[in-house]
Amino acid sequence: MSWWRPSDVGYAVRSKLADMGMATRLFVRLLRLFGQSMRRFGLVRDQVHFLGNYSLSIIAMSGLFVGFVLALQGYNVLQLYGSANSLGLVVTLGLVRELGPVITALLFAGRAGTSLTAEIGLMRAGEQLSAMEMMAVDPVQRILAPRFWGGVIAMPLLALVFNAVGVIGGWLVGVVLIGVDAGAFWGQMQSGVDVWKDLGNGVVKSLVFGIAVTFIAVLQGFLAKPTPEGVSRATTRTVVMASLSVLGLDFVLTALMFSI
Amino acid sequence: MQHSKNDIWVGLFVLLGAAALVFLALQSANLLQLNLRSGYVVTARFDNIGGLKPKSAVRSAGVVVGRVQSIGFDDKTYQASVTLELDKRYLFPKDSSLKILTSGLLGDQYIGIEPGADEHNLADGDTVTATQSAVVLENLIGQFLYGKAEESAAGAGGKK
Repeated sequence: MSWWRPSDVGYAVRSKLADMGMATRLFVRLLRLFGQSMRRFGLVRDQVHFLGNYSLSIIAMSGLFVGFVLALQGYNVLQLYGSANSLGLVVTLGLVRELGPVITALLFAGRAGTSLTAEIGLMRAGEQLSAMEMMAVDPVQRILAPRFWGGVIAMPLLALVFNAVGVIGGWLVGVVLIGVDAGAFWGQMQSGVDVWKDLGNGVVKSLVFGIAVTFIAVLQGFLAKPTPEGVSRATTRTVVMASLSVLGLDFVLTALMFSI
Repeated sequence: MQHSKNDIWVGLFVLLGAAALVFLALQSANLLQLNLRSGYVVTARFDNIGGLKPKSAVRSAGVVVGRVQSIGFDDKTYQASVTLELDKRYLFPKDSSLKILTSGLLGDQYIGIEPGADEHNLADGDTVTATQSAVVLENLIGQFLYGKAEESAAGAGGKK
């Protein structure tokens, strides 16, 4: 196998294209299975429970501490310019626009994405997916779609919880601990944060991240080699690819949403 | 569809997310108050608004009594026309004057209302004529330097 022979280059490009085509077709299938998944909502509900509820504690704790740290660092810089009153605005905008969706998506990839990949990969390794096909049950419809839509539903909710807890954390450090005026903290925040432009775009971001992370996790599990090593590789790939695509997508979305 | 024990937890999770959204919308973005607390709209013309922005505060005696709704430019008079929305709980005399002020040295600019003495109050659609523009730092420095130069020229000429 040598990379400079034209036939090998051709093979590599062709197989990459085939992988991309296969991933795109799976994605389109999952999107089109939305209605069917909602009709059998019990399956989706169990996945929301597994992916969302069990991630709640790690998300809430992280949100609290990110809020703490933002308030401490923000205060350090803002008080230099005598504008510590804008602390609430700085913390909230930072959380709602960027940190909330991004950190939630990264944690979600680590907490929920890995378990999705490992579960589906082990199903493939244990030939459960093949057994389903033998029984004329479509594994994409029965296994992948509920997990995908469960993750897509859970992710924005988790990001919202992260934001709210982060704002409360910023308030705890800023107002309760440091002693920034509470009226100015909330007042500046209320006059500076726009419901649609800031909050709405944050929710859109978290939805896009939810789709990206969950799809990558499901895809990696589905394509995993049916060996212990293959499943572990797929799990690693999920975290790496999901994190990188979240950060890349975040740049693109920020450029689209917040640039003039 | 049969119920399961997960129902309650998923329901609570979704409700928690909804509560977080409501909290953020009300507490940090002030959705409700902006829409429900209606006020009356007053326009004013300024020669220069400095760094005033839509949503800047309108204060009287330091208390926020309204917000700047929109800022436009009038190419007949070459002035800025600023639309203010004042809280309907607060009434001001018709001859009140508006100033553009700065909170702190580097802070935001806001509009200060100085109440007048007229018996009639400002109503929806009124125009305030007595306005004072923002202080532009460059103009101020220019005036100061000009004054200094004049002073020293006068001193060198030996007049006065």
